[in-house]
Amino acid sequence: MALNLDFSFLTSDVIRSNLVATFEYSIQLTAVAALGGTALGTLIALMRLSSVRWLQRIATVYVDLLRSIPLVMVILWFYLLIPASFYSMIAGSFGENHRPEFAAVITFTFFEAAYYSEIMRAGIQSVPRGQSYAGYAVGMTYAQCMRLVVLPQAFRNMLPVLLTQTVVLFQDTSLVYAIGASDWLKGFQTVGNLFNRPAEMYLFAALGYFVVSFSLSMLVRRLQSRIQIIR
Amino acid sequence: MIEIKNVSKWYGNFQVLTDCTTRINKGDVVVVCGPSGSGKSTLIKTVNALEPIQQGDIVVDGVSISDKKTNLPKLRSRVGMVFQHFELFPHLSITDNLTLAQIKVLGRGKDEAIKRGMKMLDRVGLSAQKDKFPGQLSGGQQQRVAIARALSMDPIVMLFDEPTSALDPEMVGEVLDVMVGLAQEGMTMMCVTHEMGFAKRVSNKVIFMDAGKIVEDCSKDDFFGNPDARSPRAKEFLSKILQH
Repeated sequence: MALNLDFSFLTSDVIRSNLVATFEYSIQLTAVAALGGTALGTLIALMRLSSVRWLQRIATVYVDLLRSIPLVMVILWFYLLIPASFYSMIAGSFGENHRPEFAAVITFTFFEAAYYSEIMRAGIQSVPRGQSYAGYAVGMTYAQCMRLVVLPQAFRNMLPVLLTQTVVLFQDTSLVYAIGASDWLKGFQTVGNLFNRPAEMYLFAALGYFVVSFSLSMLVRRLQSRIQIIR
Repeated sequence: MIEIKNVSKWYGNFQVLTDCTTRINKGDVVVVCGPSGSGKSTLIKTVNALEPIQQGDIVVDGVSISDKKTNLPKLRSRVGMVFQHFELFPHLSITDNLTLAQIKVLGRGKDEAIKRGMKMLDRVGLSAQKDKFPGQLSGGQQQRVAIARALSMDPIVMLFDEPTSALDPEMVGEVLDVMVGLAQEGMTMMCVTHEMGFAKRVSNKVIFMDAGKIVEDCSKDDFFGNPDARSPRAKEFLSKILQH
């Protein structure tokens, strides 16, 4: 059976009205979850490495729990569990009609934090102990020592891994189909349904995700050789 | 200026320091020596509370480090420390290394911090390197910058933890020269070192440690000049180290 592919319906108008805004949303979702997840993840990593028992506990449970549940389920549960009042309070620019899109941002931030925290934990541990000693010895507090001495080096050491995780995150955002959020993949699907050409559109979608992910990976590789700290 | 009173410290069940007592007066240059694993580095790190102690007390310039009310960061900011592995901040330029703590800890203005930092950098003879990063300097240069970083904070005492042990032999001299200069200017110094030449030249007191205990605590002249009065362990150490 020959596969009859026909891409003639793909005019620039169709692309503009279905694939641009949705692409922007997917990128926004990735960016916010990456930044928010790294910030939250760093906090969790610090908790996990702290000498305070109950902080360690909370962080460990958080990470272990989120890493043991399939992402699709986390997306569903967050969507169902975040109360409506929360949306109207915070969602602002998203509005009541965009609950899934907003829920996805929250979900991914908290979910990715679990993964970023493990990366940051490794990063913090990669900074020699003598560096903290040096920070404390010149009179820094714990917070100053972390902010000015340890974390900048941890970020730099881990940047390639953080970005690689972000590429994975970008691909994972397509899972928001579970709650019907209008992301890039949804855009492709819409066009496919509209012209009854799902095969073509899924192929096209795969190509789209590949190009973005692959370019990001190449960028990471180039960065890797440039940002290393000279020791 | 520094009083170490009956200090004991354990790592788990292992006792690293046993009942250590000594004092360092203003202007003293004290050399702490002894075989490796004898607790010298641990002892010097307890002075500014980088390593906690479980028993005894240390009083630095009238401030007790084991008093819960003591502001340890503030105390440490007045005690300069130089490490075996330099521990310059590798992500910052030499200038930033010299000014960071002055600005963030002492609250100095940027101009003042740079002025002070450059003066100290000049003192260790490395003004030309101010825009480089630590990784671009040799070990000896890095250690001199580390000394300048500590001096920029205007410390009341300087602690040196084996400052030349990680250096190539030909770079030891340049670091010792800076330390000798400091000693001659009257800086109060506590140095963990194997450099017996340095000890003979500028120290006025030698502490010899073995197995976590202070075995000898005497003047330099007694330590080197009167070996018969020394403990067997110190005699053995001296005979090995002074043979060559």
